Amino acid sequence: MSATGIGAAVRRKEDQRFITGTANYTSDISRPGEVRAWFVRSPHAHATIKKIDTKAAEKMPGVVAVLTGADLANDKIGGLICGWAITSKDGSPMKMGAHPAIAADKVRCVGDQVAVVLAETLNQARDAAEKVKVDYAVLPSVVDPAKATAKGAPQIHDVAPNNQIYDWHIGDKNATDAAFASAKHVTKLEIVNNRLVPNAIEPRAAIAEYDQGNDALTLWNTSQNPHVARLVISAFIGMAPEHKLRVIAPDVGGGFGSKIFIYPEEVVALWAARRVKRPVKWVSDRSEAFLTDAHGRDHVTHAELALDADGKITGLRVRTIANLGAYMSTFSSSVPTYLYATLLSGQYAIPNIYAEVEAVYTNTAPVDAYRGAGRPEATFVVERLVEVAARELGIDPAELRRKNFVKSFPHQTPVIMAYDAGDYDASLTKAMEMVDYRNFGKRKAESERKGKLRGIGFSTYIEACGIAPSQAVGSLGAGVGLWESAEVRVNPTGSVEILTGSHSHGQGHETTFAQLVSERLGVPIETVSVVHGDTDKVQFGMGTYGSRSGAVGMSAISKALDKIEDKAKKVAGYMMEASADDIEFKDGKFTVKGTDKSVGWGDVTLNAYVAHKFTGGQLEPGLKEGAFYDPTNFTFPAGCHIAEVEIDPETGKTTIANWVAVDDFGVIINPMIVEGQVHGGIAQGVGQALLEGASYNADGQLITGSFMDYAMPRAGDLPSFKVDTTMTKCPSNPLGIKGCGEAGAIASPAALINAITNAVGHENVPMPATPGTVWKAAQRAVMKKAAE
Amino acid sequence: MPTVTVTVNGKSHAVDVAPETLLVELLREKLRLTGTHVGCDTSQCGACVVHVDGAAVKSCTMLAMSADGASVTTIEGLANGGSLHPMQEAFREHHGLQCGFCTPGMIMSAVDIVNRKGSELDEQTIREELEGNICRCTGYHNIVKAVGAGAKAMKGGGKSARAAE
Ligand code: FES
Ligand code: FES
Repeated sequence: MSATGIGAAVRRKEDQRFITGTANYTSDISRPGEVRAWFVRSPHAHATIKKIDTKAAEKMPGVVAVLTGADLANDKIGGLICGWAITSKDGSPMKMGAHPAIAADKVRCVGDQVAVVLAETLNQARDAAEKVKVDYAVLPSVVDPAKATAKGAPQIHDVAPNNQIYDWHIGDKNATDAAFASAKHVTKLEIVNNRLVPNAIEPRAAIAEYDQGNDALTLWNTSQNPHVARLVISAFIGMAPEHKLRVIAPDVGGGFGSKIFIYPEEVVALWAARRVKRPVKWVSDRSEAFLTDAHGRDHVTHAELALDADGKITGLRVRTIANLGAYMSTFSSSVPTYLYATLLSGQYAIPNIYAEVEAVYTNTAPVDAYRGAGRPEATFVVERLVEVAARELGIDPAELRRKNFVKSFPHQTPVIMAYDAGDYDASLTKAMEMVDYRNFGKRKAESERKGKLRGIGFSTYIEACGIAPSQAVGSLGAGVGLWESAEVRVNPTGSVEILTGSHSHGQGHETTFAQLVSERLGVPIETVSVVHGDTDKVQFGMGTYGSRSGAVGMSAISKALDKIEDKAKKVAGYMMEASADDIEFKDGKFTVKGTDKSVGWGDVTLNAYVAHKFTGGQLEPGLKEGAFYDPTNFTFPAGCHIAEVEIDPETGKTTIANWVAVDDFGVIINPMIVEGQVHGGIAQGVGQALLEGASYNADGQLITGSFMDYAMPRAGDLPSFKVDTTMTKCPSNPLGIKGCGEAGAIASPAALINAITNAVGHENVPMPATPGTVWKAAQRAVMKKAAE
Repeated sequence: MPTVTVTVNGKSHAVDVAPETLLVELLREKLRLTGTHVGCDTSQCGACVVHVDGAAVKSCTMLAMSADGASVTTIEGLANGGSLHPMQEAFREHHGLQCGFCTPGMIMSAVDIVNRKGSELDEQTIREELEGNICRCTGYHNIVKAVGAGAKAMKGGGKSARAAE
């Protein structure tokens, strides 16, 4: 291992600009002559728009234009779409309601945009927005997914009777029912997977500029996938032809899924910029973000696990209602289906699985992928079921897991996934050692002496990452392929530029991708730059989500580097008058096999460009190669998290006494960055389990609409984590990488709720387990103790 | 429009501002110092922390006019020419940042913590003192490490921000 190659904890190259305040986020950009945009948003969850009067607003100081949904429709700007088609059990297609970028006749959630005001300054736009008069006829609303399909529930989209988007299933119903009929033991749970607000700390933003001379548009936006944004805005929304639309996602301040999607505000900014022929800048404030960023999770699930007399799992049956909110966001349909139910086998060999998922509209913000996307929900179902089953059967939860682990690979589950490699025993064993499981009883007794309750909980999770084989996802309804592209440009002086279709918004690609180049070409990472996030520079790419940038993005770079190496060997061959087949390349040096003749990297790159040693007939000058990499399978990161908590029954406060994570991410490029990803993921999972929950009242008002009301994890809520890894190589990609971005968020909620329920001695602890909730739960334990 | 006279990172500015202008707007929009960020509208996230006369302030919560006559240090003014402030160095060394959006506010708050609490900070103190700064990326684990290490480095001859202000 070289000091900067694969496996080295190299300090991040990108940090210099972030720690000195010289980074370039979208809201930092200011274009000459720009106007500021501010949206008029619906205060009602459900209403028809009878009339909009913009006259008074237009007369306000500084106002350049006030535009409405009618103007948008007149200009034939298309609506937003969901790009993954799901087919219901009965063969009918999902029911996608129209989603105009500005509502024209009806609003369907609080925050729905009804007009946009453009003015010289932001405050002028905000002041004028208050003067836009909207005459609403308020309709009854529904926010609870479990009630959305009830008779008489308000109808949100005409195309979706009873608000049902699809009623989908997977697995063999009859075989699973038979497994339950003959089960020795059945564990049943009712689970609510609480609704979350992603809350990347950088709010969304968009700046659009129109170049009249070339009839071309440029959009700077806070996107995890600028090329996908360009494709959708061009091909489906019809804003401009793809070659006349440039999308730039500069430094982006976190995404966690919420910045994958195409949002109305960026569409409106582009359209408005062309109309007023001035750059248009929109920056969300946090209150808007709470109302309009796509939320995550929000499942209501009935789950059952069947076991035989030996504690072997024989079946798993699930019925889930998934709330997709008022409109179908870009990839919303895939989250509670192919990203959820396909992971219900967990780390276990389960012969029969059947899952039914009903997706519904409600008068709430759209719901889409949020860190883990479907896989945290699946892990929570499986890991709660297994833990509770162990408790009911009086078997140690670790032993019940071991008994049911998949042990030989490849392993085909009954729900599509073919696990290719793993060692679940190894990560469980290591985690148990790290947490000192053997002495948990002693620690529990100590806590009890202090009047505290102590509990421990496991989560042995699996996820499907490296998203995804294009043909496979195409057959499941995806509207796009999920390969990745890379281009390696070697300059005459030997420095290297990597152009990637993935996008970094905190993941450290500028460092890890450079490490791969350093390892392969023997060049220092300082001479490697990584270019991403600009559709004019990078030809195409699918962006960053689903823990894919290592497994898929770096595989594309690796393929392109193979080609670079081949060509460089040819150049070296001409330089040393040897056949390319006789050239060896190692540590940045080209050697003629069996001789001491060699040339260095810089000599070869220069010769590739001056082209003095070969003719045009022999070899093309230059050193630049590209590659597209389409994965052949998902990757399957897996591992074990163990949470140990101490609860004060007087206050209901849960203190995390111990957190151990042992993950198998395959080959790791930079362990420092990987650990950081794990920490951040755990924090979001702890947030879900203990603190966070988006809550609407019956009228559809978001009552957790700011950082005052929605509990974000703060430093004092979290412990330091003990993080380690085990390793089985991923067999399906050239680097052996599985991916690490989502694991923490996927594993942690189940571990924590398993620990809390273990401490209080019963299973009735919903998320978020706030002090109030835990206090109530703990009182039962206290009373039981008193009665003994 | 009233004029605000303010020293920012050692340089004096006289700026005409609308009375409702916030200090963060003055910094970002008038002086184009965009290292100070805005992450919320309820004074909760701390992405906007700067030092005003040596003390940490959420610049989204202070009117520009209240800074009249004050000396302000932003993240851009923390490094001493080419050499980073020890707290900046510690954030890089300990991977105390991912997307970087919370980072300027975190670093400015961290320096302020050291100025108030000294350079020997235990984990619990650091976690409690970071109450006003939200990070969504790092889970705080490495931020806590960075602040502890940065604090020690500040004592060990690293430039104190307060001394510079
Ligand atoms: S922007 Fe000042 S505290 Fe959030
Ligand atoms: S590093 Fe992204 S919010 Fe802290």
